[in-house]
Amino acid sequence: MFPAAFDYQAPSTLEEALGVLADRGDDAKVMAGGMSLIPLLKLRFAQPGLLVDIGRLPGLKDIKREDGHVTIGALVRHVDVERSEELAKLVPLMVEAVHWIADPLVRNRGTVVGSVCHADPQGDWGSIMLALNAELVAQSKKGQRVIPIDGFFQGPFTTTLRADEVATAIRIPLPSGAAGSSYHKLERKVGDFATVAVSVQIELDGRKVKKAGIGLTSVGATNLKAKNAEQSLAGKELTDDVIAEAARLAASESEPKDDIRGSAAYKKDMVRVFVQRGLKAALARAQEVRA
Amino acid sequence: MKVTMRVNGVERSADVEPRVMLVDFLRSNLALTGTHIGCDTTSCGACTVQVDGEPVKSCTVLAVQAEGREIKTVEGLATGATLAPIQVGFHEEHGLQCGFCTPGMMMVTSALLERNPNPTDDEIRWAISGNICRCTGYMNIVKAVQHAAQLQSRTPAMAGGGE
Repeated sequence: MFPAAFDYQAPSTLEEALGVLADRGDDAKVMAGGMSLIPLLKLRFAQPGLLVDIGRLPGLKDIKREDGHVTIGALVRHVDVERSEELAKLVPLMVEAVHWIADPLVRNRGTVVGSVCHADPQGDWGSIMLALNAELVAQSKKGQRVIPIDGFFQGPFTTTLRADEVATAIRIPLPSGAAGSSYHKLERKVGDFATVAVSVQIELDGRKVKKAGIGLTSVGATNLKAKNAEQSLAGKELTDDVIAEAARLAASESEPKDDIRGSAAYKKDMVRVFVQRGLKAALARAQEVRA
Repeated sequence: MKVTMRVNGVERSADVEPRVMLVDFLRSNLALTGTHIGCDTTSCGACTVQVDGEPVKSCTVLAVQAEGREIKTVEGLATGATLAPIQVGFHEEHGLQCGFCTPGMMMVTSALLERNPNPTDDEIRWAISGNICRCTGYMNIVKAVQHAAQLQSRTPAMAGGGE
């Protein structure tokens, strides 16, 4: 299969890339690893006139701990997350989840930021970033802006990133106290998209929840943030009843559809089950850290 | 667009459209037909080659993305008539039935053995989890990789195969 013909540019500096996008952004697609975009081009679901390959831009491959957060550059691949000892300590949710993303060969090329910007409602990173309350750093010729992940996803494959912008990094805030996380994904085989996946991140203050993040994959038009469930947990001790109520709320916030992977009712119930399991696992891990 | 890369240690270049995939460049422009096209949708791994030592699915990489990179295909494993350990492993342990997935399987597992010379069965299964053998000959593929690992550890000079 061949994509429809396109022009191709692989700029060697960010300035050059931003210049190209300022001129031809409306007709262009930005590509990092290409693991999601190239299949779309081959199936001709996307037919941009210009492909801007940012794969050769310098300085975007770092995982950096900075003031209160970790910054992940736009060219950090899934495999880099897999091998990062620093992320295993600082953001264990990412390192747990990465093994569930695509397959080892795709993880050798695909990037975290590229995947978030691709905004596939069945993507894993989007819901993980929603649970973590991450922020994207976007650059254009006009300057830089920081975009909170909540609100970034507008619809399937649609975000608030503008045509003249490149997302250069994603920032993940670090918890200040005891924290725990978990990722649960139901998939039919390695490399399949999720039937349902749930990301959970909690931060404790003593026995009570200070902050909770819950992200849902494959159960809506975008990756979803289960806000009602998150709010129901704030300030509470994670008893079985509190966990069950949050799980029920998350399920009612999800909007799955019937498809080949399962019925909507089944997926909703899997959200409930995974939120319940996820919160229990995250709580156990947060307590482990403290002990 | 002119594209230049090193393929199995030799610099190769050609004029290609940006939309040409690396697998098509290797097979059509360079006549290296050892790399197979299976699903053509990033699922099966038959097209696996190594780019700068890392296995990737070449049906989902543009030839122009490989500009300046070091590519290794199944044709680069043997040295003349001497098979690389991974090839000896597949041969002696019957790691192939129809053979269609074999080039991809060997490119993945030879890269695995570079990083991890003594993998467990589980680590091998994880490594090949993006490669499908439709004959379902996975048991022997795992045995073949273990055999290759043993060959390499007995004869360190064999490590790395061709080049």
